[in-house]
Amino acid sequence: MYPAPAENSSEPPFSADLTGTRGNDGERRIQVSMFNDLFIAPFSEFEFMRRALAGALALALGAGPIGVFLMLRRMSLVGDAMAHAILPGAAVGFLLSGLSLFAMTAGGLIAGFVVALLTGFVARTTELKEDAALATFYLLSLALGVTIISLKGTNIDLLHVLFGNVLALDDQTLLLVAVNATITLVVLALIYRPLVIECVDPGFMRSVSSAGGPAHFAFLVLVVVNLVSGFHALGTLLAVGIMMLPAAIGRFWARDVTLMVLIATASGAAAGYAGLLLSFHTGVASGPAIILVAGALYLVSLLFGRVGGLVRQAFPGRHLEA
Amino acid sequence: MTAALQFRDLTLGYDRHPAVHHLDGVIETGALVAVVGPNGAGKSTLFKGIVGLIKPLAGRIERGDVAAQKIAYLPQAAEIDRSFPINVYDMVAMGLWRRTGLFGGIDRDARSRIEQAIAAVGLTGFEDRPIATLSGGQMQRMLFARLLLQDARVIVLDEPFNAVDAKTSADLFDLVRRWHGEQRTVLTALHDIDFVRANFPETLLLARKPVAWGRTSTVLTPENLLAARRMCEAFDEHADPCAAAETVVAAVPHSGA
Repeated sequence: MYPAPAENSSEPPFSADLTGTRGNDGERRIQVSMFNDLFIAPFSEFEFMRRALAGALALALGAGPIGVFLMLRRMSLVGDAMAHAILPGAAVGFLLSGLSLFAMTAGGLIAGFVVALLTGFVARTTELKEDAALATFYLLSLALGVTIISLKGTNIDLLHVLFGNVLALDDQTLLLVAVNATITLVVLALIYRPLVIECVDPGFMRSVSSAGGPAHFAFLVLVVVNLVSGFHALGTLLAVGIMMLPAAIGRFWARDVTLMVLIATASGAAAGYAGLLLSFHTGVASGPAIILVAGALYLVSLLFGRVGGLVRQAFPGRHLEA
Repeated sequence: MTAALQFRDLTLGYDRHPAVHHLDGVIETGALVAVVGPNGAGKSTLFKGIVGLIKPLAGRIERGDVAAQKIAYLPQAAEIDRSFPINVYDMVAMGLWRRTGLFGGIDRDARSRIEQAIAAVGLTGFEDRPIATLSGGQMQRMLFARLLLQDARVIVLDEPFNAVDAKTSADLFDLVRRWHGEQRTVLTALHDIDFVRANFPETLLLARKPVAWGRTSTVLTPENLLAARRMCEAFDEHADPCAAAETVVAAVPHSGA
């Protein structure tokens, strides 16, 4: 962190000057402008970067808590499967009306809900468990999606659907992502209690109330809604990344759900910001850059996390008195 | 005395095979009933039926004016995800579900009740502990605290003292006695025959069919226990539909054995 420029000229004795040129105002101004160039100017000077940042932050806000609950319910890969499942819907929307936000979103939502409903139906009525049922339907859905895209459309279209483009968010898409984040937070607040109880003690939930099932279904709807948001910015393949990586990061730092959600959301937002900067300065694709930054945060957490981090496990310190 | 629960030619089971076969009887309000029988006798199945987790194959359960969801139920193997990041306090607070529902707040009165329940099971000081760090006995104490808060008129405990030490089971049984004193109806499945003889006024000896039901001293005779033990545990895959089923109203005829 760069030390904030002092208001008056008297130098605080404890100020750590990174360059060792204490009191040199010219040097300081250069540092300030470097800081500005690196971390602020990309956003203050380019509107598309501001839009991308707003989108990434809204995305993190919704995806963080959803990811934490997916992880706690041991459904981490369900998000991934669902992300593939929304592909044919988005593809049909694309076929019918090109890169239309409404058509692709509606298609994605419909495909996601159909797969979620079919999975729930098969898991509850047959011997097939939820994971196997989901696997069959999402793979079919994915094959269907790729087929539809290959019928018409070019590789560039396919790339757009698979990887999204956070740097080209228009007003509508930005609004969609923001609305989805809002819906997510409101609905999560409504179903929070049954969702937690259903997670930790499903038997108890069943015996006191029938709210567990509807809460679970509402949660699955939120997963799809957030994947659809994510797929405009990051594409179907990486949309899950902004859910699951921050959630896993949260698990390494917190022992209760609330803090876990806060940490997940914050690290998702930080990854969005830093990923966009990385993409801006190096020219790598923005979606993968965001996920890679989240991956770096995850790696640090894996090593140094307070709760079960590897270093902590290797050097736990002497055992306690009691 | 009014009836808390009535079984009318009740048959419960899985996939048409009965696990509890033609049970008739009444559980009076305020009764303390031990349900005894070998493994596979249908004790857990009966309890699941009572709390409405499975539907009868035939016959019915009358619960008076107590809805199935208002019956407090401690399953034999709770499906608790012990790695879930939640502490003892929040877990016990779930017992207030009927009062708070989806959105109700936990007010000062509720907080003091939660603290009392935690104190009653001897877990004071454990409020902030994640459930992953509890021992088996502490876990069971925590679940009893949650049962206390549920404040149910009918309480069903499926082998609550399995795998806990003598001290813990004595402490927890004190709570059962307290519920009995408060005129709550308590059904408990147990395997410790001597413990049942010493502590339970009424016993249902179950071996898929009811072997005997009534005062504990008249039920737990050597002959009855032997009869219960002889019960065949295995389902017969090719059992014929139960002849007795024709006398009761049933949508799907269940099989005979």
